[in-house]
This record gives sequence, C-alpha cells and structure tokens, in this order.
Amino acid sequence: MEILAWSAVELAAKIKQKEVTVKEAVEAVFSRIEKKEKDLNCYVTLDQEGALKRAEEVQKKIEDGTLTGKLAGVPVAVKDNMCTEGMRTTCSSKILSDFIPTFSSEAVLNLEKAGAVIIGKTNMDEFAMGSTTETSAYGETKNPWNEAHVPGGSSGGSAAAVAAGECFFALGSDTGGSIRQPASFCGVVGMKPTYGTVSRYGLIAYGSSLDQIGPLTKNVTDCAAVMEMIASHDTKDSTSIKREDTDFTSVLTEDVKGLKIGIPRDYFGEGLDIEVKESVLAAAKALREKGALVEEFDLSLVEYAIPAYYTIASAEASSNLERFDGVKYGYRTKQYEGLHNMYKKTRSEGFGAEVKRRIMLGSFVLSSGYYDAYYLKALRTKALIKKAFDEAFTKYDMILGPVAPTTAPELGKSLSDPLKMYLGDIYTISVNLAGLPGISIPCGTDQKGLPIGLQLIGDCFSEKKLFQAAYAYEKIRGEFVLPANRKGGE
Amino acid sequence: MANIISDETIEYVGILAKLELSGEEKEQAKKDMGRMLDYIDKLNELDTTGVEPMSHVFQIQNVFREDVVTNGDDSENMLKNAPQEKDRMFVVPPTRD
Repeated sequence: MEILAWSAVELAAKIKQKEVTVKEAVEAVFSRIEKKEKDLNCYVTLDQEGALKRAEEVQKKIEDGTLTGKLAGVPVAVKDNMCTEGMRTTCSSKILSDFIPTFSSEAVLNLEKAGAVIIGKTNMDEFAMGSTTETSAYGETKNPWNEAHVPGGSSGGSAAAVAAGECFFALGSDTGGSIRQPASFCGVVGMKPTYGTVSRYGLIAYGSSLDQIGPLTKNVTDCAAVMEMIASHDTKDSTSIKREDTDFTSVLTEDVKGLKIGIPRDYFGEGLDIEVKESVLAAAKALREKGALVEEFDLSLVEYAIPAYYTIASAEASSNLERFDGVKYGYRTKQYEGLHNMYKKTRSEGFGAEVKRRIMLGSFVLSSGYYDAYYLKALRTKALIKKAFDEAFTKYDMILGPVAPTTAPELGKSLSDPLKMYLGDIYTISVNLAGLPGISIPCGTDQKGLPIGLQLIGDCFSEKKLFQAAYAYEKIRGEFVLPANRKGGE
Repeated sequence: MANIISDETIEYVGILAKLELSGEEKEQAKKDMGRMLDYIDKLNELDTTGVEPMSHVFQIQNVFREDVVTNGDDSENMLKNAPQEKDRMFVVPPTRD
C-alpha cells in the first residue's frame, strides 16, 4: 500500500472507507521524514508524539461521524510563521528561537476543526523575506527534485515537504510570491487567495497589506479542498472579507470552452528562460485546443511592480518588526547597558542580514523628508498597477503566464546579489499589490529535470474560475510524478 | 541618478530601525541601500500626478466592534515566553537614569 502516493483528498476518502487509519497515515509520513529530512531539512520543528495522539482523537471522531470533511485525518505541515498553540513558532529567526505561542492562528484552527493532523512547522526564509529559504536561521531547505538546488521561498519548507511526501499538504504564506514560486520550483500546486479571504490572525506579519495564507498541495483538487477549509470571515482580522462563494471544489470540471485568457506580452520578454517560456506557452495552447479563447495583450507597468513592492513591503516590515525588542518574548541579548542598548543589541543579534536590510530600507522610506518621495510614490504606483489589472479583467477571465523567469537556482547562488534575487519575483509580485488571487500549477520540467510552473491570475474573488481552468489544464497535462510518488520515495 | 548614502544617514536610520550595525555592516548597508534606492527611483519615470495613494485594495471602511473581552486571563502562559520575569511582571532595564 503506497499511502504516500495518494493525494490529501484520496487519503481522507480511504480513511473514511476504513482502508487505512489516521495513525497509519501519520506513521507513513514520519517514516518518510526519518528517511529524507536529514538531507532536505523541510522542518524547523516536528511533533511526532503530539501528531500520533491527535491521530487517535481524530480517528474516533471520524468513526463516530463527528468529522466528515474532505480532509479529516490528513497530516499537514504549517509554515513556521503561523502561531500554533503550545508548538514552537520561530519564523526561522534566531529572535524567536524559543517562542511558544499561547494561541493558534485562525487558519490553523480551521484546519484542526476539519480534522487535519498538524505534524510540524516548516522552514522558511527568515520572517518570509527571501526567495530561496536560504535566509533561515535553521539552515537551508533543499529541493527534493535535485538537492543541489533551492526549493524557492519563502515557503520553501512547505513546498519541499509536499513534493517529498513529508506531509500530504501544507500551508504557506504569500507576500510577493512566497507560495506560488516555491510551488513552481518544487512541482506542486500553490494558491495565493484574494486578499482578505483567509484570516491573517496569528500569522506573524511581514507586509500586512500584502500577506495572505494559502495552500501548497499535490494537485488542484486538494488545493480547492484546503481553500474551502481555511477561507473564513474572522472578526479578529479587520481586513477579513465575508464571502459566500467558498465552495471551491464544486467547480472542478474539465470545461474551459469560451473562457477568455489573456497572455501579457510583457511577461514573455527579456530575462525569461526559453524552456520556461516554451512550456508555459504549450500549456496555453493546450487550453486553447480545449475551447478557451487565448490572446496576447499588453498589461503595462510590469517593470514598476518590483520597486513599488520593495518600498511598501520594507516599510510595513520595519513597522511590524518593531515588536521584537526582547521584552515580552523571544531572544534578549546577554549584556547591555540600559533599555535602548538592550533593544538595539537584541535586534542586531537576533535578526539576520536580509531582515536587517529590509528594516533599514523601510525605516528610510518612512522617515520624514523621504516619506512622500518613496512611500507615497509607491502607493500611487500600486493604484496604477491595480488599474491596469482592472482594465485587463474587463476583457479577460484570467491572465496566464510563468510563475518565475527560471527554474530553481542552485544553492548558494542567490544571496550575494539581493537586487538580482528580487528581480525573480517579477511575475508574482504585482498580484499581491493588486490583492488578486493567483495559482501555480506544474506544467513541465526543464532539461535538468527541474519543475516549471504555470501561473493563472484572476480578478478579485474569482478563485472559482482559476480552479476550473487549473483543473482542466491538469487533466490535459496528465500525471505529474512528484519525488514523493516515486517508488520508495527516492 | 546615483544615491550616495552618507554616514549620518546610516546612523540616523539605525536609530529609527533600532539596529546597531558594526562598521562593516554599515558600509554594506550604505551600498545596499544606495543600490536599492537607485532602483526604486525608476518609479519617478511614472507620472502619478493626481493619483491617490492606495493603501488598501478594497474600498473598506474602518471596522468597529464592541469592546468586550472574549478571551480569558492567560498571563501565566504568556509570561513563560518572557526573557525575564518577576512577580508576574516583565523585567526590563531601567528606563531612565
């Protein structure tokens, strides 16, 4: 019985049909972890004992009919920037190395309510700042497709864990591409929902106006099922939106006839790897052959998204990360003279280089004399970018393009030139600025055997259309064998 | 336009950011920030006259709720995370001389 080859929804169905128990599923995941984790380092914290205990509780509730959901009994991994009551939450930073939250984030509570079993916390770029998972204070995560390459980031641990079978699905967070890009690099499905769809309560903030929690899964069906579970209106998050249309699995049909898909010419210019380009355009062609109306158009303003994003995200980060001061939780420096020196030394010793770089930039763009020229200018640019998308969506149901300009880079090649690394976010970042939903689906591999991701971007609240097209494409594409599904997981 | 970040600016931003950078880190920060600002200056190519700064993508109003306590007293567990605590209080260095 190849438990780990099943998708999350398949596993839950088999648990319900008593073909397998929750405990067996948890044990299967931990045996894979034992085998692979030493090499991959997907997790910061694992809780085998807690997961096995929880498995028994969940099993009983499934048997007595209390838990009937599509994902009851399924082992899940949670990115380490979401608070989990009683389970260490580090944000992959030294400054939170011993932080044990007293409450769980709303998305995690929703998972638990649905009967999912949390097995651990996944590695990430420190405070979600990075695109490779190499800025983690707990070591880099490696790509399960090829361990000489990065898994992407910042939700790299989540993406790698799903691809390697070290969990059945995972939660990530996406501020500028942090779910979609690692999903693309690891050959899994990842969605960044419309801003406000998933509560941010208990998600340790990076850029609050851009952050959204979303799923990383083995396929589109799992992704829709997880979205159904985590989308909720929450009064504890004042940006949370009340939506009635969250029955996402109801639209999983192969019908794309008449669907209007726009391909931005500006997404296929300089810097895009030729293999990525061909693979993504082949996916567009496949959808056209099934009856979708596909045409090229000019989105405009694409090259302004990255400078606007880094201004806004850094500004918000500099404010959000003020709370880490060594007083109420987390790391405190050993030697200091007075309060201000304690703050400064704590933060300087507790934060890594990339986090400090963004806090410095953010503090600068918000400082008096520069606020208008940088911060407000970026917010004005954001308004223009949003308008460009609004115009596109008067003509198209969705936009199709690559997730990232290349496949996963080699380990150790990205951090020396931060600006160059930031440029890799070009196709994902504007989606966050405009609050839109976006999904990443594997659409092929390059000559090195590394996965390539296709991105579909929709108008606000149009997740259902994205799921429909993604599902249809997945059927056309056929099976995409993850490292997790290879015999023995090797 | 090349942005040259002065020592004074880095000192000042360090105060705002509550970060104490080593000499080497300061030099690196000057270079990094200058380079990022050169890049961000690309936004000046855009005419944004009359465009309202957009902080939130949806036209939502402030969200109000009644000020009612819904959670219990969890101070004991919260204090377990404190770097230093005494008599159910957080211990901090003297805040004034």
